[in-house]
Amino acid sequence: MTERLNAPWGSRIDRSRRLDFSFDGKPAQGFAGDTVASALLGSDRWVLSRSFKYHRPRGPLTMAGQDSNTLVQIGAEPNVLADRHPLAAGLAVSAQNTTHGADRDLNSALDRFGRFMPVGFYYRTFFGPRKSSWLRYWEPLIRKSAGLGRIDTALPPAHYRKQNLHCDVLVVGAGPAGMAAARTAALAGAEVVLVDSEPETGGALTYGRYADSLLREQREALESAGVRILLGATCNGWFADNFLPVLQGDLLWRIRAAQVVIAAGTQEQPLVFRNNDLPGIVTASAVQRMLRHYGVRPASRSVVFAGTPHGAMAALDLAEAGVPVAAVLVPAEARLPEALLSELRAEGLRIVEAASVVGAQGTRGNRRLKSLRIETPAGQESLHCDLAVIDAGSTPGYQLPLHAGAKLGFDEVSQTYSLTNLPASMRLAGSVAGIHGIDSVIRSGEIAGSNAARALGLAADAPPALPDADAGFHRTYPVPPAHNQGRDFIDFDEDLQVKDIVNAVADGYAELELVKRYSTVGMGPSQGRHSALATAKIVAEATGRSVAQIGITTSRPPFGPEKLGLLAGPQHNHARLTPMDGWHRDAGAKMIPAGIWWRPLYYGASAEVVADEIRTVRDGVGMLDVSTLGKLAVRGPDAGAFLDRIYTMAHEKQPVGRVRYCLMLNEMGSVIDDGVAYRIGPEEFYVTATTGAVDRVFAEMSLLNAQWRMKVDIQNITAAFAAINVTGPKARQVLQALESDIDLTADGFPYLEGRTGHLAGCPVRIMRIGFTGELSYELHTPRSYALTLWNALLEAGAPQGLKPYGLEASRILRLEKGHIIIGQDTDALSSPDELGMEWALSKKKPYYIGKPAVEKRRGLGLQRALIRFELSPEDGAKLGESCLVLRGGEPAGFVTSIGVSPGLGRMIGLAYAHPEDNRPGARITLRDRAGTNVEATVVAHAFYDPENKRQEM
Amino acid sequence: MPFALLRYGLASKHRPFRDLPPTPDLKRSYDVVIIGGGGHGLAAAYYLSNHHGIRSIAVLEKGYLAGGNTARNTTTIRSNYLTQPSIRFYKEAVSLYETMSSDLGFNVMFSQRGQLTLAHSEATMRSFHLRAAMGKHLGTRIEVVDPQTVRELCPHLNMDIGGQHEVLGGLWHADGGTARHDAVAWGYAKRAAEKGVEIHQRTTVTAIRTAGDKVTEVVTDRGTIRAGQVMQAAGGLNGQMAELAGFPLPIRCMTLQAMVSQPLKPFLDTLVSSANLHTYLVQSSRGEIVIGGASDPYQLASTRSTFDQKEHLAEGALHLFPFLHNVRLLRQWAGIVDTTPDYSPIMGASPLQNYWLDAGWGTYGFKATPVSGKYMAQTIATGRVPDMIAPFALDRFDRFALLNEMGATAASH
Repeated sequence: MTERLNAPWGSRIDRSRRLDFSFDGKPAQGFAGDTVASALLGSDRWVLSRSFKYHRPRGPLTMAGQDSNTLVQIGAEPNVLADRHPLAAGLAVSAQNTTHGADRDLNSALDRFGRFMPVGFYYRTFFGPRKSSWLRYWEPLIRKSAGLGRIDTALPPAHYRKQNLHCDVLVVGAGPAGMAAARTAALAGAEVVLVDSEPETGGALTYGRYADSLLREQREALESAGVRILLGATCNGWFADNFLPVLQGDLLWRIRAAQVVIAAGTQEQPLVFRNNDLPGIVTASAVQRMLRHYGVRPASRSVVFAGTPHGAMAALDLAEAGVPVAAVLVPAEARLPEALLSELRAEGLRIVEAASVVGAQGTRGNRRLKSLRIETPAGQESLHCDLAVIDAGSTPGYQLPLHAGAKLGFDEVSQTYSLTNLPASMRLAGSVAGIHGIDSVIRSGEIAGSNAARALGLAADAPPALPDADAGFHRTYPVPPAHNQGRDFIDFDEDLQVKDIVNAVADGYAELELVKRYSTVGMGPSQGRHSALATAKIVAEATGRSVAQIGITTSRPPFGPEKLGLLAGPQHNHARLTPMDGWHRDAGAKMIPAGIWWRPLYYGASAEVVADEIRTVRDGVGMLDVSTLGKLAVRGPDAGAFLDRIYTMAHEKQPVGRVRYCLMLNEMGSVIDDGVAYRIGPEEFYVTATTGAVDRVFAEMSLLNAQWRMKVDIQNITAAFAAINVTGPKARQVLQALESDIDLTADGFPYLEGRTGHLAGCPVRIMRIGFTGELSYELHTPRSYALTLWNALLEAGAPQGLKPYGLEASRILRLEKGHIIIGQDTDALSSPDELGMEWALSKKKPYYIGKPAVEKRRGLGLQRALIRFELSPEDGAKLGESCLVLRGGEPAGFVTSIGVSPGLGRMIGLAYAHPEDNRPGARITLRDRAGTNVEATVVAHAFYDPENKRQEM
Repeated sequence: MPFALLRYGLASKHRPFRDLPPTPDLKRSYDVVIIGGGGHGLAAAYYLSNHHGIRSIAVLEKGYLAGGNTARNTTTIRSNYLTQPSIRFYKEAVSLYETMSSDLGFNVMFSQRGQLTLAHSEATMRSFHLRAAMGKHLGTRIEVVDPQTVRELCPHLNMDIGGQHEVLGGLWHADGGTARHDAVAWGYAKRAAEKGVEIHQRTTVTAIRTAGDKVTEVVTDRGTIRAGQVMQAAGGLNGQMAELAGFPLPIRCMTLQAMVSQPLKPFLDTLVSSANLHTYLVQSSRGEIVIGGASDPYQLASTRSTFDQKEHLAEGALHLFPFLHNVRLLRQWAGIVDTTPDYSPIMGASPLQNYWLDAGWGTYGFKATPVSGKYMAQTIATGRVPDMIAPFALDRFDRFALLNEMGATAASH
């Protein structure tokens, strides 16, 4: 480990706590407070990764998690930013996409073959010589070279959290502008949240060349203002109505803010020259972070390109830290404050005026910068150095404002972007607004903070803006023509050079979006942060348009990569359980999911018990937990008239105490739901809907009620009531064995009637309806009574042999009666006529949803019909639902329900078939799952009790 | 190394490939005007110019070439539909993709690694059996597979045994695959342009003038054009475009979103889709994991993305592959899909004699690009709607002759 600079350099590290870790299998050391990258730099290891295409060595560029050069694998986690990830003892860090590590990647020979890989080269070739060559040979080969990090498919789950947060003002960026904005808004009485991706407040004040006292003062002032501060927290996007997700470790903050202040600073831009990607070429703030945060001695000899005052200040920092500065390059376009130039001279630094960088040379294998080739009016010169600090200006942190709909303008003189058209509730502060002098930066924060407070209705007076002492010093630099030897990178993530962009335009991809798609510029992990401006400049030049006209490609969230685990959160499984759920499980029921619910399929170890369950219902009495049924309360003077429009039968004239079938169609005349309506009172209906459809039905009813403006109130009370269906010839005896205020005699409570009262001390709504064809009572009771009622029924029914039965028996029982299940026996086109349900359509009502379509479709004639069929279980052994019904060898329909009726000893089913085959005795052909055609016989009526006598007992 | 690259690399200077010619001035009249420079419009232009000898064609594109849903879809190609007309149609689409690269001399990177759709409920299993039975009947490679086979096809999948989303089986469609969406449009554009087709980018149609039941002129912000035949293939703007032509289409616009992760070494070979979780995943040739789902559940003509959909898709993806939790998401985007009531497209005749529709492509437009181009071109060149696309006619909505594909499109696209 090479030595670090002495304090006060290295504000973040604790030199007393040494941490050991490994990189590419070799031991390495750092200190507590280091990032992985700073620890490696501290050990003079600069190659952290290999580039995507050419496998060139890459080192830290920004030291702020803004570039892809520091992406490493840490343990099982791919694509970790080494300049963000805190160092911990024992970390196993490795380079990605290399053979034998970052330092000696065996794939680096690819760098020499670059000329054979022009932009978009993969569209030109790899598909020959034969039609199958691509799929057989090239595609697998290319696929192998894809990707960076490796996935550990055995990775155990991790814990992620989410938290909602509402605030008056969200300030993004805790640099001097953000701190001032947060403080000012909070002092005016606003509830303020301040977020920053760094582990401390202060932003540039923590690493830039500013008086220590300034940081201290700003922090103290902020502290006393009562701002909620989230550090190590990245605001990763803006969504409609100021919804801003903030990522903080394993916690996702979902923040909704009334006002937003963006103080996100700037992104320094690289300078374009040959080999501008060599390890040792860094931004000005990167070297300042190395020095001040981590005490890293970054070079033995450095050169600084000072395109703005930041570069000059970085040069002074280097000199002060004792790092030799060979030259400070001042480009011809630059304007630097005279005071700063004097300081440089006073330090005895060599200032090279009107300098530009034409190229760099690397050490063997390009593992580190060796020298910089520069050009001045006097000629070219090579400067020996292992560090080049590049300050070539910056772009504003425009991402969040652009997400929010801001426009990006471009100033031709300073060659910089500016933001306009911000939404009313968003303000900019500091350098993102193009303000650079520190006093005016702080003031701009105060102004933004007080304006945000005023917008909230708080008393706050914005102080006047201060003239920017740095005005006119900030600019960006031109992209030179493509170097004849290339390697003048525009996009480090994607290994794209100037000529690639130029050639993309020449190939016809002259729109910026097409350049991006064709060359993949800006599509890497850093999402064009360092390439967007340079690309726009090249495209502008090549197409004769202005940079402002070219713009940048659409900026969308997220700002930076975000973990899927954070987005997904704790991954709770949402399930709804009936009150009898525990009872079913204790009774050994096989439970299956039914949408969001769980239901008993049968009670026993195997499906063989189903036949017994069916027999119990047919011969004695059984009961089924039907609590999952959808339940709606429809109340009000217009309740009957409302249901008349929604359903196909007549409800306005339905007598109180009567239960009526409900069939719901859509406007196409297709069946979408069914249930029953029990008229409890003149203005009150209790309506059931199918388990899966109730939410949709409720939403649709609510929407229509709002449109029709009828005097109706609708509530979805599915969760409030549980329900039990007691069915079988002995059902009445079971109920009569319980204490009740309801007349349960056959005459007192006939079929299709409803009663409200008490049973076994539980308040109940009882309907004489059922799905099985037997004497049935459907008991609805408030959820909290349900288990009591269930147990009371079990006890009272014991003498009659009452047993619970499950879903599977229920399906066969209803199939024996030929009842349909909406969604299984119907599809999106099923009309009542196809289903043989004309009886459910009121002929007197002038309107119900779907009526015009039903009538029109009737005029067009039936295309298919749902028929009942039967065959021997042996013939039908390989039949299943969805097997095709064939007619003349072509599909005419399909099986919707099928099963063996234990009572009948036959395989019975429902199927769509040609309407001409819908006659008793007709033979239809079914293709079973083995591909064999088998014949079945069409049955006209219910398979069981065709006269429907049993249910009306 | 392929010969073409060797030759290129040894040449001293980049000779531009000139795939897309610059936008020329508008002429006063064309035999065929195609509204919409996306995959469908360009494919039709390619077939008209290369197979039917029609050269006087203008393709009008409001934005940049193929920048709408061609650029935004997640490139699934498959034919495992439910109705016979759909299966026949998409089956031909798959076979056209199989030879597209060599047909166009432009590598569209068709990658046929198969699509696995998962069933977590018996209802889904029933729909799989029906799709498999129909597909087999028409000769596509499709079968219902048991959980054991699912495990073999997709070894890292969470089967959720005993859980709420237990994998009960799958629908394995060996014909399924992906292609590089942009390249499909560019390849068609390049070969069409070589035959003289004019591609007009940044050209917005502002009005359509008619006389009787014929279109006479197409008015754009760059001038007015007389047109012999007009084809509309305007993606998310199809509803609005038909309004300009004076008739409504039964189309609702919804937002459809997708997202991708950072590139990772390949671990997922097949396309994996779960209708119940409204999530599907595919790993691209760049190594990115592309994650998509169903369209947003409300009408909106906007390409903004939402955070809640991102959360929802992440939940679904992690349910299927829990070990992906520390994989990072890079991009999210949205497109506007023009959805019909039966989730099938509208192709062929319109109420106007010389105005042809290629609309209602919802979430399944990309996979149909070559086949819709082929038959739309045939329609326009001959004036007769071929049998292949006749079932997709606009008047099916009057005849209740719908081609319901809702179940086969929900989250599979």
